[in-house]
Amino acid sequence: MGDRIAPALGTPSASTRRRLLAAVLLAALGGLLLAPAALADALTPESGAGSRNADEIDSLYKLVLIIAFLVIAAVEITLVAFLIRYRYRKGRVAAQIRGNTNLEIAWTSGAALILVFLTVFTFIKLPAIKDPERSGAGGLRAGGQLYASVDQPDPPAGQRLNVEVTGQQYVWRYVYPNNAFAYDTMVVPVNTTVTLDVKAQDVVHSWWIPKLGGKVDATPGYTNKTWFKIDRAGVYQGQCAELCGRNHANMLARVRAVPVQEYEAWVARQKKDIDAANKGAAAQRESQAAGEQQPAGTASEPRTP
Amino acid sequence: MATSPYALRDMPRPQITAREVTRERGGWASWITTTDHKRIGILYLVTTFIFFVLGGVEALLLRVQLGTPDNTFLDPEVYNQLFTMHGTTMVFLFVIPIMAGFANYVIPLMIGARDMAFPRINAWSYWMLLFGGIVLYASLFFTPPEAGWTSYPPLSSKAYSFSNGIDAWIVALHIVGLSSILGAINFIATIHNMRAPGMGWSRLPLFGWTILTYSFLIVIATPALTAALAMLLIDRNFGGTFFDPTQGGSALLWQHAFWFYSHPAVYIMALPAFGIVSEVLPVFARKPIFGYKAIAASTVAIAFLGMLVWAHHMFASPLSTVVLAFFMLSSFLIAVPTGVKIINWVATLWRGTIHLKTPLYFAAGLIGVFTIGGVSGIFLAIFPINWQLHDTYFVVAHLHYVLFGGSVFGIFAGIYYWFPKMTGRMLSEGLGKLSFWLILIGFNLTFLIQHSLGLSGMPRRIYEYPDDQGWEVYNLISTVGSFVLALGVLVTIVNVARSVKRGTIAGPDPWKANTLEWFTASPPPPHNFDVTPHVRSVEPMKDIRNQVSKLTESQPEPVPERSQVEA
Repeated sequence: MGDRIAPALGTPSASTRRRLLAAVLLAALGGLLLAPAALADALTPESGAGSRNADEIDSLYKLVLIIAFLVIAAVEITLVAFLIRYRYRKGRVAAQIRGNTNLEIAWTSGAALILVFLTVFTFIKLPAIKDPERSGAGGLRAGGQLYASVDQPDPPAGQRLNVEVTGQQYVWRYVYPNNAFAYDTMVVPVNTTVTLDVKAQDVVHSWWIPKLGGKVDATPGYTNKTWFKIDRAGVYQGQCAELCGRNHANMLARVRAVPVQEYEAWVARQKKDIDAANKGAAAQRESQAAGEQQPAGTASEPRTP
Repeated sequence: MATSPYALRDMPRPQITAREVTRERGGWASWITTTDHKRIGILYLVTTFIFFVLGGVEALLLRVQLGTPDNTFLDPEVYNQLFTMHGTTMVFLFVIPIMAGFANYVIPLMIGARDMAFPRINAWSYWMLLFGGIVLYASLFFTPPEAGWTSYPPLSSKAYSFSNGIDAWIVALHIVGLSSILGAINFIATIHNMRAPGMGWSRLPLFGWTILTYSFLIVIATPALTAALAMLLIDRNFGGTFFDPTQGGSALLWQHAFWFYSHPAVYIMALPAFGIVSEVLPVFARKPIFGYKAIAASTVAIAFLGMLVWAHHMFASPLSTVVLAFFMLSSFLIAVPTGVKIINWVATLWRGTIHLKTPLYFAAGLIGVFTIGGVSGIFLAIFPINWQLHDTYFVVAHLHYVLFGGSVFGIFAGIYYWFPKMTGRMLSEGLGKLSFWLILIGFNLTFLIQHSLGLSGMPRRIYEYPDDQGWEVYNLISTVGSFVLALGVLVTIVNVARSVKRGTIAGPDPWKANTLEWFTASPPPPHNFDVTPHVRSVEPMKDIRNQVSKLTESQPEPVPERSQVEA
């Protein structure tokens, strides 16, 4: 039984490799230490200047990120250090250690403790992420009827704007309390808590505007909930996050936050335009039905919500 | 008694006249008709590796398309087909069955058995896998499926996926699922009943423990997928409404049933690779595994908890907070035994004398890379964070760190470790290490940056993206990395092709390993062992070597009980 494992170590190529490895490790470590400041954006989810839930997710994420860096660094550094330190050399004999119960209990409990800490922290943070915020003083004075959702409580004082968001291949439709509707871009007032009832008409979609908080699946047959509150006017971009067919990549979502008065004017105008269009369509259907004896309701039916 | 000892002594000894020695049949017919676990193992390994290459080429095409913004290299239809085929191939036709390939070859040898418990069923399992793969790939000639490897209805229903691709996908997965269930039953029967004398449960090699756990997971979880597939088939073709919300069905039902299988599938894919690492590390560190019982127990614990975490794939769907919290906590729990494994592996290296051979490179690579995948899983397990990261490139990065990092690195360690046993020849160390560095660098280049892509808002499964999101540099890095990774895999293929004929002769035990497969010739004879080995410890081959060196009074192996390394 020949020993096939030739002691190939200690040859020049191995030591250069070791030096190279050490250099790479040092560079990586230095990068890790310097990176967070420079690459904060690359290492954290989208947040800031959007809605509070996105910011809270971001701060929860950052805590986990710190712990994750420590754990990964500890494992990788120990691993590489052991691989270098305990390489085979002539005359070295491996310690025949089969385990150490106390040590094993210690690190099992250590791992569990980290997770207990993360659990507690998550549940402390959760209400700020999940529960809709109170509308601001300058927000929309819309009462909005109170109703019980599966899980998401209503914002305090019940003051909010509720928008029904429906995904369909490959566009989002937004229906406002006054039955005005819009596609693609949702116009909302600033300073107002906006709650969303997220639904789907055909296949599963997922509503997601990164700066306005996490995503919620739009599953046909279910109503899902989320919320956001924007303090400053601006446009927020996102897109469908659940594969919904060939044009999934182009199912964009946009939220445009505008001052309250502008919102009120917009939603009233939208309503007026839609009513006018419906009336026109109905008139045309009537005249067609009268003139050509065609069955009614075939022309522009899908556009009405 | 007609034949007393005296009578026997007086009688002429029976003479056996061999008129001819029938050679073992060679050629392709012998491979088709074989029921030898070693040959079936090789069939599995070669077939699944071909699927790996196919899946890899699909991945490269995807990466080319995403290399630049607004690319028109692929149209959306082909793009969706490619990622569907890529995911399905890698999970169902590569990682899961290649583990059956290794287990087929190695497990009977490792436990000192003659063959698998049911050799014909074993052959059938392999052929079903091949046929399943052919059914899936036959769809290339009409319309491949394009609803993702998860194929969520209603997208995968007849109304939204009219072509037959989904039906081919369903039938292929039915066949492959049956193949893996049959294989799993075979492994369970083999490991339970055919261990060599003396090999109690606490002496079963850790790879055996992981294959046993892998098999139980397959047997328990696969029927859920089979049921879901049957329902989808009925929905699509026979007017069923299991998943149709307009007819009282539920789209979420599919997601629950699918992930009830597909989350355990992660451990079905990863645990055997962990088993390979647990075999490779002690051999090359010349040191017993640190905490054999803890590693075996953590394997079983991971499998058990792995069946309780499926809905963490559905954190964005309409579920109540209690459900979300349950699945977050169960996912946290699974991190504990996984962490135990990692620490025990690192502790196995501690104070060893590490022979830096290619199998050890890949095993150590698995520890390093999988750790990142495990830790990124903690982010995803925290459901409020998951709401941001779900279905983005962060998840793509995470799952590749787990499945490529946690499984494929182990598969490569297994290839380099057992190739000498299978062929009798060594793989080239130089090419092996080159392959390792290319794979390690290429892999991290491809997938590390994808965490950032996901964090800056890029969803998965989009065939194009605009140039105003700041995603183009990340994507380009990822695409370049994927080609480095592919080059690394190619080097191993070249290495195998060269070494099969021209590698140095390995001999029965080139690594001075611990388990019984090294007790027989390389490659082993059809009957595996000339004598039944008796097992007295968890490292029977080490015992045998010590016995032999004592008998021949040559240099005893330097394995003292006392540790004489510096304090």
